[in-house]
Amino acid sequence: MMAFKRFLALFFTRNKEFLRDRSSLSWNILMPVLIVAGFSFAFSGDIGKQFKVGVINGDTATIEAKQFIQLKHIGFYNVSPVKAEIARSIKKVQRHQVDLLLDANKQQYWINTESPSGYLVEKILLSSAANQKTFEKQTVSGKQIRYIDWVIPGILSMNMMFSALFGVGFVIVRYRKNGMLKRLKATPITAFEYLSAQIASRIILIMIVTAFVFYGTHYFVNFVMNGSHFNLFLVFALGALSMISLGLIIAARISSEETAGGLLNLFSWPMMFFSGVWFSLEGATPVMQNIAEIFPLTHVTAAARAVMIDGAELIDISYHLMVLVIQSAVFLLFGSWFFKWD
Amino acid sequence: MATNLLQIKNLVKHYPSVKAVNGIDITLEQGICFGLLGPNGAGKTTTIEILEGINQATSGEILYKNKPLGNQFRNEAGIMFQSTALQDYITVRETLVMFSNFYPQHADLDDLILRCNLTEYLDQDNRQLSGGQRQRLLLAIALVNNPDILFLDEPTTGLDPQARRNFWNLIDDIKAEGKTIILTTHYMDEAYTLCDEIAIMDHGKIIAQGSPKSLLKETFDDVILQLPKYALNDFDLSSYTIHEKNNHFEITTCDVNAVISELIKNNISLSQLQIRPRTLDDLFLELTGKELRT
Repeated sequence: MMAFKRFLALFFTRNKEFLRDRSSLSWNILMPVLIVAGFSFAFSGDIGKQFKVGVINGDTATIEAKQFIQLKHIGFYNVSPVKAEIARSIKKVQRHQVDLLLDANKQQYWINTESPSGYLVEKILLSSAANQKTFEKQTVSGKQIRYIDWVIPGILSMNMMFSALFGVGFVIVRYRKNGMLKRLKATPITAFEYLSAQIASRIILIMIVTAFVFYGTHYFVNFVMNGSHFNLFLVFALGALSMISLGLIIAARISSEETAGGLLNLFSWPMMFFSGVWFSLEGATPVMQNIAEIFPLTHVTAAARAVMIDGAELIDISYHLMVLVIQSAVFLLFGSWFFKWD
Repeated sequence: MATNLLQIKNLVKHYPSVKAVNGIDITLEQGICFGLLGPNGAGKTTTIEILEGINQATSGEILYKNKPLGNQFRNEAGIMFQSTALQDYITVRETLVMFSNFYPQHADLDDLILRCNLTEYLDQDNRQLSGGQRQRLLLAIALVNNPDILFLDEPTTGLDPQARRNFWNLIDDIKAEGKTIILTTHYMDEAYTLCDEIAIMDHGKIIAQGSPKSLLKETFDDVILQLPKYALNDFDLSSYTIHEKNNHFEITTCDVNAVISELIKNNISLSQLQIRPRTLDDLFLELTGKELRT
């Protein structure tokens, strides 16, 4: 009971501190809105778009298919011949995220009848008279997913990452440096009570800010949201927990704001670029894809994107949720273990 | 009969390159104000941090109410560090409420606010407090759990003379309630005014301990006569113990009458003569053998 009273005292004070720091609060809300507005403007004309073609069975391709997939200036990427992967790629054709999907062995292809890019790539594929006879056409249809629809889950996740890492990690280091943590150590407060109050406060604030940004941006950009809001809430809550816990590890012992800033950037920048926030990792090298698997941001972005664009259910994103839970538990354990008051 | 509140036995703290505390023993009776003095680097901050439970000793034993430091000590100790940052954007009232919620029992906040003269600043952001207001808030935080033992680490450093005097009055009031106080300070007048007992540390050891008056009495039986240098231009000082201090000579003597008679005999003007007893400053310099180290 006493421990909970102490937890609440820290929790409410930290909330007040954050909410009253107007510049930090407005930046937390404004930054993702500005990024979305910028992208919305920049990609409104689809300038410089490259055709994107998924290739199934590329290694056992027929001579005709091989001639096509050796063409320059078309973005080919491999699709595993597993049923689920093929189904996922067909969905991408429906969403206009992929212009054409080709089974290079069976000489079968899928295009979206409503996609101008799909129409053009099909023309290239069937440019020879022989191909027209030998390639079997499958058509799908569906509303186009704009880049802005695709990128928004990543931007929301990325904003959450910065708020989690810097909002907890940096604050703890600042308190350690200026002696606030030393003062708390001299009270009956335990490290667990202190850290759990910081985590709880930051998760709630992140969720409020993210919801504010989500609905605010939706009003202006009208992005796609095909899934359940509850599922998305769960993804973001777990994502926030895992990234706050990562921040705790970074801040566990450091007492220099400069070192903390450098380390937080060391973690956040690779995540920002290699977690599939800005571009799909499908075309990336296997090494890059494996590295990206380590980042919590990869799983938050992938799960949020699946919910928002594909309307995924919890079972569909259970792998990402499980990774986030495990990462949170491991990071929290190490963060609390390494934590030093002064 | 006075009871021992805190017992420190053979306390040692070694860092890889320095022996910060080298076997000290202190026993504190309940209700006294104990001053821990020493030049910078003497080991007093390390000692006090170990007593506060902030730092770990290499060896030795500390007993609070005859038990090792633990939860009871944390609940019953009040601590005022020399420099503690407070949370930004939080008011004085909110800070006090937060700290009071950390303890199973706490002092009456209204009474504490009045006593530490914080009423006017209650809704002020911590960042906007002046040095004196801030020190009073830190003292209020240290008193928020109505502690039995209070640690004050250089509580008046940086305060103007008026704020210092006000702070001394506050500490006097706390003493009057029978609370035990452990004070570190660089101001010898502060230690002399507030402390019932002092210990002077140097090189990790206690080199003198007792009441300020008894220590002065034990160490000195002389007084100091002070005259401007120009007044003693034609006077032979070779047979006296003298020190130069700014534009003055200080003559240390056990026989004031004899020195004054000699000065009069030599037609020395006594219009600016000052006679003062030995102070804790003199004792400090005598025992540590140096100026205050930085």
